[in-house]
Amino acid sequence: MTTATSKRLPSPWGRLRARARDHRSLTILAGWAIVASVLPVIVMIPPLSTFQPESLWIDGFANAGVFILLAMGLNVVVGLAGLLDLGYAAFFAIGSYAYAFGASPFTNLQIPFWPMLLVGAVVAATLGILLGAPTLRLRGDYLAIVTLGFGEIVPAVFLNASAFTKGTNGIGGIYKPELFGFQFTLENPVPYYVAMVGVLAITMVFLYRLQGSRLGRAWMAIREDELAAASSGINTITTKLLAFALGASTAGLAGVFATSKLTFVGPGQFGFQVSFTVLAMVVLGGMGNIWGVATGAFVIYTIQAVLLKELNQFFAVLHVPILQSIDFVQYQYLLYGVALVAMMLLRPEGLFPSSRRRQELHATSDDVADVPPPTEALGA
Amino acid sequence: MTAAPSAVPAPGAAAAAGSDDVLLRLENVHTYYGHIHALQGVSLEVRRGEIVTLIGANGAGKTTTLKTISGLLHPREGTVTFEGRDISRTAAHQLVRAGIGHSPEGRRIFSRLTVLENLKMGAFTRPQNDIEGDLDHVFELFPRLKERTSQRGGSLSGGEQQMLAIGRAMMGRPRVLLLDEPSLGLSPILVQQIFAIIQEINSTGTTILLVEQNALQALIVANRGYVLQTGEVALSGLSADLRENEMVRKAYLGE
Repeated sequence: MTTATSKRLPSPWGRLRARARDHRSLTILAGWAIVASVLPVIVMIPPLSTFQPESLWIDGFANAGVFILLAMGLNVVVGLAGLLDLGYAAFFAIGSYAYAFGASPFTNLQIPFWPMLLVGAVVAATLGILLGAPTLRLRGDYLAIVTLGFGEIVPAVFLNASAFTKGTNGIGGIYKPELFGFQFTLENPVPYYVAMVGVLAITMVFLYRLQGSRLGRAWMAIREDELAAASSGINTITTKLLAFALGASTAGLAGVFATSKLTFVGPGQFGFQVSFTVLAMVVLGGMGNIWGVATGAFVIYTIQAVLLKELNQFFAVLHVPILQSIDFVQYQYLLYGVALVAMMLLRPEGLFPSSRRRQELHATSDDVADVPPPTEALGA
Repeated sequence: MTAAPSAVPAPGAAAAAGSDDVLLRLENVHTYYGHIHALQGVSLEVRRGEIVTLIGANGAGKTTTLKTISGLLHPREGTVTFEGRDISRTAAHQLVRAGIGHSPEGRRIFSRLTVLENLKMGAFTRPQNDIEGDLDHVFELFPRLKERTSQRGGSLSGGEQQMLAIGRAMMGRPRVLLLDEPSLGLSPILVQQIFAIIQEINSTGTTILLVEQNALQALIVANRGYVLQTGEVALSGLSADLRENEMVRKAYLGE
């Protein structure tokens, strides 16, 4: 009885969901506003408030935002277009150095932060195209290997071109952002937090729009079957290049933001573990699903930045000799590995999968829920 | 094959209307896969309104010929001309706009997309608000697809997937439709259906180049045929003549 009535009259929740579908961009902006205002309140409540002071939490969230950006960008390349990129940190490095060149005493330039966000994105996108043009003819594993190489080469260039980058010392004293005369400082993480939320919200709206566009459909077709995509009139080369460029530009944004916050950039920040961490975020979050990937990135970053440290302290108090001697922060990659293996076994579509991926991996059980039943039995 | 005699007149009449009007011409085409010399000087022509079939054994170069026409491969030597324009070097996606539709070997449907999404993808080069009529046309040809619009392509049966592959290629409004083994792996009844639909598509003005292993059926629906052997045209002529040819009967019709 109850199920019958609830089907006929949509629940308030159901109506809200329908509304949200119709006004997706507004929903995303509203969602970010709500999350951004609730998070600072949650961390004031025990037990979270006992872990670290609120300003450290806010600071951590702003840093997490960098990884959310990275994950959303890599999701375009890996999740939407289906191109495995193992050297994504290269574009993060390029965005970071772009800002260091544009706004530091080292180059004697002081271009403001906000235009530099664009510059970083454009420079990274350009290099994404330069890398992509010769390599995107490769498929699958071969592309992954080439991008892996690029991911190693870029930090090596920044390390060795010491006349331009101060090599292993890195570039310090990078200028902080300023907005309408208001100067961001290291002491107060709130402006960074607010700015980050703004950048994230806009990026997410943009990416959702892109996913639903003609280009988004072309990516989907290429991911499904490249030959069939070409036979349907899709220019596979430029479509893949655009995915690479857009992914790279998002990493460029993240780089500019991260550098302006850290006020330092060095070649050691962009190793393979960064590319790997972001890829793990995309896979764990649910490849292809933008908000799922963002949530995955947030959860993983928070676990590694806060909870692993807390675990150390927690076991230190317990006085169990073996557990006391383990530094959980050092084992984070082991934990990633375990988590990834566990996910592949238990929930291969990720924590928050896109509906298509879930269908693919659980074809029999989910088809019923997502697809209206056919009028007659299957089979010819 | 009692249906054979009645099937022939329709395409024959269409071809007679413009028998000199060459839509597609291959001249001395050599195509390679790396070092493998797959097409060794293929020359053939398809006239407007015709159904032309390419028959031959596995590895004779039938699929390679279609891929070379649709731009998925490019000839190292020789030319492909479509409507008088040299398209030997033109990319596949541009040829879809130019009017060449290719239903590739192995169907290659987008298995995770729904039937409707697959069809819309076929109309990628066209304005999306202008495809309703084409969808109706495809659903008329394949009523079964209409019942399955929201079903995933991968969950369709083999015959339905073949219908979808042809329907998808039709959505680009091709002037010539390249069909690669449309009857492969289908039950005899479905094979009959598919060939009937091919004739129907042709009767509405679409020229068809058909690659088939089922040589008998292909030679029944086609106006003319080419027999490929190890990358070369071994024999060509009117379908009726090829059906009577001693070599064809022995090698391809199993007599």
